[in-house]
Amino acid sequence: MIDIRRVEKAFGAQRVLQAVDLAIAPARVTAIVGPNGAGKTTLIKMIVGLVRPDAGEIRFDGVPIGDGHAHRARIGYMPQIARFPDNLTGAELLAMLTDLRGAACAARRDETLIGALGIERELSKPLRVLSGGTRQKVNAVIAFLFHPELLILDEPTAGLDPVASSTLKDAILASRGAGRTVLLTSHNMGELEELADDVAFLLDGCVRYHGPVHELKRRTRQSNLERAIAEVMLRGVAA
Amino acid sequence: MTTMWKMVRYQARDVARSRWLAAYTLFFAAATEGLLRFAGGSAQALASVASVVMFVVPLATIVFGTVYVYNAREFIELVLAQPVRRRQLFAGLYLGLVLPLAVGFVVGLGLPFALHGVDDPALRAPLATLIAVGVALTAIFTGIALLIAVRTDDRLRALGAAIGIWLACSLVYDGVVLLLVATFADYQLERPMIALMLANPVDLARVALLLQLDAAALMGYTGAVLQRFLGTAAGTATAAAALALWIAAPATLGARAFRRKDF
Repeated sequence: MIDIRRVEKAFGAQRVLQAVDLAIAPARVTAIVGPNGAGKTTLIKMIVGLVRPDAGEIRFDGVPIGDGHAHRARIGYMPQIARFPDNLTGAELLAMLTDLRGAACAARRDETLIGALGIERELSKPLRVLSGGTRQKVNAVIAFLFHPELLILDEPTAGLDPVASSTLKDAILASRGAGRTVLLTSHNMGELEELADDVAFLLDGCVRYHGPVHELKRRTRQSNLERAIAEVMLRGVAA
Repeated sequence: MTTMWKMVRYQARDVARSRWLAAYTLFFAAATEGLLRFAGGSAQALASVASVVMFVVPLATIVFGTVYVYNAREFIELVLAQPVRRRQLFAGLYLGLVLPLAVGFVVGLGLPFALHGVDDPALRAPLATLIAVGVALTAIFTGIALLIAVRTDDRLRALGAAIGIWLACSLVYDGVVLLLVATFADYQLERPMIALMLANPVDLARVALLLQLDAAALMGYTGAVLQRFLGTAAGTATAAAALALWIAAPATLGARAFRRKDF
């Protein structure tokens, strides 16, 4: 679905990504893991088109995304930080994004998460009065709102209570069941164990492992993902 | 409706509801009302209000614009993740700030004048010019604010740059011009003076207004020069054209930087 080829990115003198090759398989949940500053968010933002690569290219279903914006109609993006305009209500924010997407999207919004997360009443309040967790729920609703073929979730469950977090994880698994592709990052290995089919391990701007979770466990002879990742981190490249 | 106007519609609503904008409008209403009551005549009041406008509009819009864009950073990312063109989004961001700020200014300034009525018909053109010039300054300094905010990632440095530019345009510039005039008093300075005036939007706005007040010779060297060289009509046209350029330049530069920016 997503083909990342020889992608490089530097911010000033800091080389964030160094010749990253990565192919994200369709209808699977791929987790990007790695220590802080490994380039996870930069990579995700590149796929969305928020950051441009210095070199290399990214293809969406075989088509280079370049400077275009059409591919974003097929992406649902949940950024790491949920901050919205202070004086708009949640409902207005959703209406705005729907307007921006065009008339075709207005008729078929996926509002199941609004009910599942129980934020119907919060949507009529100004966004500035919402708690961090509630804003994160709004953030999740936005990502799922337009039936995206590709869900890109940057630390989706950060700041959510266990109930909301479980609801969101159910929604992610249901999306995969419906044939959608999911790309996510998280620092919670238990959560990834539950969700991820594939894992891409990023360290110092390079992909050190990419493949199925069970394969990583087999190679490192570990029984859970956290220990398997720790093993890769200690040994560098996975064998 | 284009993407730009969709953006404007919601963002202008957000700005219009902010307490900041209410305070801004109330400030102009109170200042104008006070000056109309105590300045002893509409002409004097207008001149005093003009000084307030020249001072406050650039400061308020450049600071508000910079802070707003920094606070909206994550929101801009969210909108950029939608299938929209960056150019359209930037235009929406710009107009979504300029329009509510301009409306706030016009309402705050216009309401007291409307309530009191302008007793002297000769003051109507200067009043209209003052309002137009205030709106132009709003557009110019919002554009500069966006340019700063797009080009600088550090919020404190951006705010420093914003206040620095305002200080330079509103205070330092006049001092430098006076110093030049005093230093080169023996030379013909008319043409360099006109160039200097065109280079500072606040000076330009002041001159455009003074040309209408028939007080150009009284208030400011550059104004007198412009009137003598170009007359009121041509001088006003020159000033208006230069103001239009000043509106276009930062907005265009900002749009270009925005298109290339990594978020």
